[in-house]
Amino acid sequence: MTVSLGLDIGLAILVLSVAVWTIAVREAFASVVGFVVYGLLLALVWVRLWAIDIALTEAAIGSGVTGALLLGAASRTRHAKAEPEALTLIVRLAVAVFCALITAGLAAIVFLLPEPAPTLAPDAAANLSTVGVGNPITAVLLAYRAFDTFLEKVVLLFALIGVWSLAADRNWGGAPALWQSPDRNGPLTFLGQILPPVGVVVAIYMLWTGADHPGGAFQASAMLAAMWMLTMIAGLTHVPRISSTGLRFTLVVGAAAFLLAGLAGFYFAGAFLAYPPGYSKALIIAIEVVMTISVAGTLVLLVAGPPERGERP
Amino acid sequence: MEMSIARDVFTILMVTAGAFFFLAGTIGLLRFPDTLTRLHALTKADNLGLGLVILGLLPWANGTLAGLKMIFIWLLVQFAGATVAQLIARAVRHGETQP
Repeated sequence: MTVSLGLDIGLAILVLSVAVWTIAVREAFASVVGFVVYGLLLALVWVRLWAIDIALTEAAIGSGVTGALLLGAASRTRHAKAEPEALTLIVRLAVAVFCALITAGLAAIVFLLPEPAPTLAPDAAANLSTVGVGNPITAVLLAYRAFDTFLEKVVLLFALIGVWSLAADRNWGGAPALWQSPDRNGPLTFLGQILPPVGVVVAIYMLWTGADHPGGAFQASAMLAAMWMLTMIAGLTHVPRISSTGLRFTLVVGAAAFLLAGLAGFYFAGAFLAYPPGYSKALIIAIEVVMTISVAGTLVLLVAGPPERGERP
Repeated sequence: MEMSIARDVFTILMVTAGAFFFLAGTIGLLRFPDTLTRLHALTKADNLGLGLVILGLLPWANGTLAGLKMIFIWLLVQFAGATVAQLIARAVRHGETQP
């Protein structure tokens, strides 16, 4: 007991130190590295809280994909000439006060929680048998709160459209200018040839096991996205043009399948996104498979950035 | 009973040895003068440190499949670590020839 308490306290101090360092460090690249480390430590915190699903998501999406996005942003702005305007003391003080207020408010909420804390966990667990999956997180994401998950998919697509809209007119429909290794016989090529088959199998496993154990569509799509990214950076596959019909179909098919399943729910089960009894697990897995592919594609293109090479290279 | 004591001793020895390599690797990362020697320190920590920790935990694995998973994780970390070390080293060399 005392050993694990010591471990927890040490972990908490480490997370807070890395968080402070990430904000305090002046260089963008170092700050991004700090953020990635922070995300991985946070994943360990979630493991200590026995929230394995959140730990996986934090490591894959929070640390991995977001880290890649921020790295791209840092390298794009590295050569920016304009010095950021220095904030006046009053603005800095106001920011500090509001941040302190938010922190104090969150702390107060945590400390003032009634005992036992209000929770829907028993209800979520009690109704698992009607959903047909063994992992309550998957049941929440794809059955109880399926509408939220559906809207998340749509938000991801909007985010991608936002990124694409940064493209210059002459580049519209072209390919994102992702950095690709010029060395066709280097270690990156080797990694890009060996790792993706392993990664794809791990992604399929995470998706399948997510129905009954920690794992699921988000973690699987982050894994698939990383593998696709790796093959593109290694120069083994080309970066797709955003005007490609196949690519656009891949991006929207997840949300579209979700929407179709939701509308079918009106006919077969009497409500939007309701699953007919007995078919829920099969439907959930089917939606998750399509969703995983769409989300993986969206994540890759979010990291790749707006098209910077024209339709005709 | 004796078997379980032997297992405990094995685990403690191996995990401690693994932790020693991680510690040595971290000290090397902080103390060595340039990128290439720091890489040298880091890759030792990954390969030997994690390998010994996993070796020490293998007797506690929940079945053969779980043990194989742990070995597989070690192999993957080695593979990724070796590749990244190569890439960083090449970037350093490239930077030296083109100042």
